[in-house]
Amino acid sequence: MEATKMQPGAETAGAGAATGDRSAGGGSRREFLGDAIRLSGGALVFLAGSSASGSTEPAPKTKAEAYNWEEHSYAYLIDTQKCIGCGSCVRACRAENAVPDGFYRTWVERYAVGMEGSHVDSPEGGMDGFPPLAVGFTVTKSFFVPKMCNHCKATPCIQVCPVGASYRTKDGVVMVDGERCIGCAYCVQACPYGSRFLNPSTHTAEKCTWCYHRITKGLRPACVEVCPTGTRQFGDMKREDDPVRQAIEHERVEILQAHLLTEPRCYYLHLDKEVR
Amino acid sequence: MPEISGYAFPNDITVWWSLMIVMYPYITGFVAGAFIVTSLYHLFGRQEFRPIARLAMATSFAFLLVAALPLQLHLGHPERGPSVMVTPNFTSAMAGFGILYSGYLVVLMLEIWFVWRQEIIARARRSRGVARGFYKLLALYTYDTSPEAIEIDHRAITVLAGIGLPMACMLHGYVGFIFGAIKANPWWSTPLMPVIFLMSAAVSGIALLIVLYQVVAKLTRHPSDQPCVSALARWLWFFLIITLTLELLEIIVMAYEKSEPWHIVSELLTTRLEFSYLSMQMIVGGLIPLILLAIVVMLNRYLHDRVRNTLSTAAALLCLLQVFSMRWNIVIGGQLLSKSLRGLRSPYEPEIFGREGVLAALALLIVPFVILWVFDRLLGIRVAPNGGERPPRPEPEGAASAAAE
Repeated sequence: MEATKMQPGAETAGAGAATGDRSAGGGSRREFLGDAIRLSGGALVFLAGSSASGSTEPAPKTKAEAYNWEEHSYAYLIDTQKCIGCGSCVRACRAENAVPDGFYRTWVERYAVGMEGSHVDSPEGGMDGFPPLAVGFTVTKSFFVPKMCNHCKATPCIQVCPVGASYRTKDGVVMVDGERCIGCAYCVQACPYGSRFLNPSTHTAEKCTWCYHRITKGLRPACVEVCPTGTRQFGDMKREDDPVRQAIEHERVEILQAHLLTEPRCYYLHLDKEVR
Repeated sequence: MPEISGYAFPNDITVWWSLMIVMYPYITGFVAGAFIVTSLYHLFGRQEFRPIARLAMATSFAFLLVAALPLQLHLGHPERGPSVMVTPNFTSAMAGFGILYSGYLVVLMLEIWFVWRQEIIARARRSRGVARGFYKLLALYTYDTSPEAIEIDHRAITVLAGIGLPMACMLHGYVGFIFGAIKANPWWSTPLMPVIFLMSAAVSGIALLIVLYQVVAKLTRHPSDQPCVSALARWLWFFLIITLTLELLEIIVMAYEKSEPWHIVSELLTTRLEFSYLSMQMIVGGLIPLILLAIVVMLNRYLHDRVRNTLSTAAALLCLLQVFSMRWNIVIGGQLLSKSLRGLRSPYEPEIFGREGVLAALALLIVPFVILWVFDRLLGIRVAPNGGERPPRPEPEGAASAAAE
């Protein structure tokens, strides 16, 4: 299990990261995170006690600092040949991130391709699987393609945000600061992959965060965690023995809409020409 | 729930940029277009525009005052709107808004002050009590109307018009840039976009002034100056030809290249936008005024004043429709098309009430005319009638207007 990589003390970390802020590392942010942990963990009482007695162990602050975002560079690998279209990933994402109805941080597309045409669908984002295929041509191949935010390196969404609410973390995740977002939807228009939307209750931009609150604790994103076939894999490019890194380095991988030069960090294996 | 034909990305079914984002370029188009007209007189010395130069400047100002409102109304968090100006992210084209908007506002207010200075002074001298204090304050306590001072006014006006014209063009061209530089959307992404926006801004600005001028002439019972009307019609024709050419060029290149998005864009134009693009933008708002204006321009000398007024006003009204349709087709059309390039959503219908609704949009169009009315009450917009004769020089308009009072 990936969870065995969990770092000591990491179970208390991520209280700030879950809200999408930038508290995952670096000087004052680190202090802020430390403060947040002390408050959220109810450790305040504990600390007060420790300062009175002066004899307990060091505060959990040092443990929280175990996560250093400069030590990671995440990437995502999707092997389309393995996907069975069960929709577990979409459901897990919804449960994990409270994704509003009608919107999707991740979804699964079904392609049915024949010599006379092609057909794509994704009912409810593939959340409840797919109904039997009914198309007016002979299908010669059919496959599923999971989609999500590509966490592009040269992403237009960060470029166009007028207030800098969209940003990239040092470990390579594209995030939205919900406290700063003005809800202009410019980033939604600029994303070529359709992976952003405005949350109807917060009125701010929202998207896949690769479950940043999980990955900073050494866990895997919810969608990867539940994928029964290993279609979705999450890895760290700064670890030489990482299977995802190995695949990206040695296999023939593809990215979506490469002509737009957004440098996605979601890589695909066995992608078909029909997929955009 | 909107209906989808083909396959749209699941998040691509909402029209995020609503009617307000249609109104925004429409309104800033009037700002830029009206300023182009006033610059033709103040900067390029086109004497035939003298009768409407002040009206054009006031119109530009009135629309500028509401130009930021549609954006503000559209934001998910209007209260955070000012942060675009206070803490802009400079890689965002939208961050340019604060600088361009406030810069142009300052230049325009300065130019208005210089143009109306003599009028303000005359009113300060004439009025009593609170009104006197108000005009005195507006005149900045300077009553200097010596020939030297007026000469300085004129030079300042020319310089400010010289700065204002590119700023007005940028304020509007930048709106086109916001769309033209979104590579994710093939219906928007073209370097022609800012130029198309700018040219159609000139169309809408001139068209609005033609209509306004006729309305003012009716209200004040002063016949409109015919050389001015035919000059406006001529320039409107010119800009309409350029606009339509560029708008068609964009489509033709895409079609001839058989570029990747063409199959979906052609479907968009012939199904979802059939009425607003083919019928309104191209035929009713494009071809018909093109013919009407051709008649006004080419048969100018044979036309009776009334025919000229009617034809050019009818053409202008259709041009206003054309430009609105163009804004609609760009802003809304671009969102009916999914970035999957495999599907279209059903047409967008704006809400009636609510802050992004039809009523709010109508209010945004009415408010500038209220501002114009207030402006006229406070400073007087109309230039002295000249009995149909053109004045020899663009001399002190303020004085001329004051004399007419």
